[in-house]
Amino acid sequence: MFEENKTENEYLEIQLLLEAIYRKYGYDFREYSVAHTRRRLEYRRAREGMTNYSSMQHKVIHEPAFFEQLLLDLSINVTEMFRDPWFYQKVRELVFPHLQTYPFVKVWHAGCSAGQEVYSMAIMLEEALMRERTQLYATDFNEAILEKAKNGIYPMDVVRQYTTNYQAANGATSFSDYYTADYDSVIIKSQLKEKILFSPHNLATDGVFGEMHLIFCRNVLIYFNRELQNRVFNLFYESLVPGGFLCLGSKESLRFSDVASKFELVSEREKIYRKKREG
Amino acid sequence: MNCNGTHYRAVVIGASAGGLAAVETVLKELKTSFCLPILLVQHISPHTQSYLATHFEDKCALKVKEADDKEPIKRGYFYIAPPNYHLLVEYDGCVALSIDPPVNFSRPSIDVLFESAADYFGKELIGIVLTGANSDGALGLKKIKERGGLTVVQTIETSEAPAMPAAAIQTACVDHILPLEEIGEFLNEICEC
Ligand SMILES: C[S@@+](CC[C@H](N)C(=O)[O-])C[C@H]1O[C@@H](n2cnc3c(N)ncnc32)[C@H](O)[C@@H]1O
Repeated sequence: MFEENKTENEYLEIQLLLEAIYRKYGYDFREYSVAHTRRRLEYRRAREGMTNYSSMQHKVIHEPAFFEQLLLDLSINVTEMFRDPWFYQKVRELVFPHLQTYPFVKVWHAGCSAGQEVYSMAIMLEEALMRERTQLYATDFNEAILEKAKNGIYPMDVVRQYTTNYQAANGATSFSDYYTADYDSVIIKSQLKEKILFSPHNLATDGVFGEMHLIFCRNVLIYFNRELQNRVFNLFYESLVPGGFLCLGSKESLRFSDVASKFELVSEREKIYRKKREG
Repeated sequence: MNCNGTHYRAVVIGASAGGLAAVETVLKELKTSFCLPILLVQHISPHTQSYLATHFEDKCALKVKEADDKEPIKRGYFYIAPPNYHLLVEYDGCVALSIDPPVNFSRPSIDVLFESAADYFGKELIGIVLTGANSDGALGLKKIKERGGLTVVQTIETSEAPAMPAAAIQTACVDHILPLEEIGEFLNEICEC
């Protein structure tokens, strides 16, 4: 049967489902990209054999375990070490010289997923002899993934890709210096973890993280709508020291936000921005 | 976004192996007044710097560009999915990109584009599956059909790699199975500008 307005009706159901999740569990997905959210929910709906989103709403209100499942579904944790190697090269080239000038440096990885990004940074800092005087904060709203980040254990079969990336990013030594290999997995060396603090933080609902010299928030904002993106950009602006740097994913941009004029563009392709010295 | 001569508002195209030449053939046939926006997923290695937009630039009168996240879909434009990103149509008629895991081993995936476009455009959408060596696009085309859209597939005989058209024909209830050379002309007749 062909249902007129099927899209609008489903959209309404999805909004109500997200509203229920927010009211009951405090996680706010109401301002995420709808096309994306819908895909993730559709996948779960089909797997559960449910016919519509309203039945998912009922289930999520009554079963916390189902909420945990949806939370996993809705947070896309795809990541790599040295993802976009050319980006890391630019950070080393254009951002590090400025970080060198500070006696103590604070870096925030917002939406750090399973830790690959912050460990890549720790390696670069190590190679620039800056790791000892840098404090790294790695946050994510998904506590299950944060636990993985803390452990720093990755399957062997992705290491080849990470190694290629590391080399393409002009790593100074051999990538294998930074992990110990087990039978089918690798574990990141503990010295790299020393200066990293992992903690939960929700960009949609939590506040400022103060006095940062550098913020990485890559491939997170792409899932937010413009309004939420804009709020988060303001949050980053507030969290940075004057002259601090902001690095986004290669398809994300500050261009349409209302703090755009308060940043200068350092590198277009790499999406590196710098907070201007005064407002 | 509307074209005066038709109730259709957009065209989505999926292509894989042999797709560059096939898409080119379709584009070349389009009359200069053709104005429906076209969105393309062409499978491509994730690690290439994208060259597709440059490649198609002078092959048609439409303005060719790699799709940017959250840009509005406008008539007269030809949008291409960037390598290593899924391309979706958002509920406000803008483009959305994502790095969700590959679907059918592909990112960008044709199904992802088609399904999201079907959600937004409903019966005002035309979906076209061209040559390719896998089955991406079949489910997406099925959804376009279910939402009342128009579905077109390249004939097996004219496909450099027939698997993708074959899968689409088998899965979706396809409206038109056309030789490659006729697809452009078919679109011209629909967009009566
Ligand atoms: C695709 S991963 C990106 C990981 C890494 N930054 C990279 O680029 O490789 C997106 C991460 O953002 C997190 N995330 C999504 N929404 C969030 C929110 N509102 N607050 C904090 N983290 C969020 C997800 O849990 C996920 O780990």
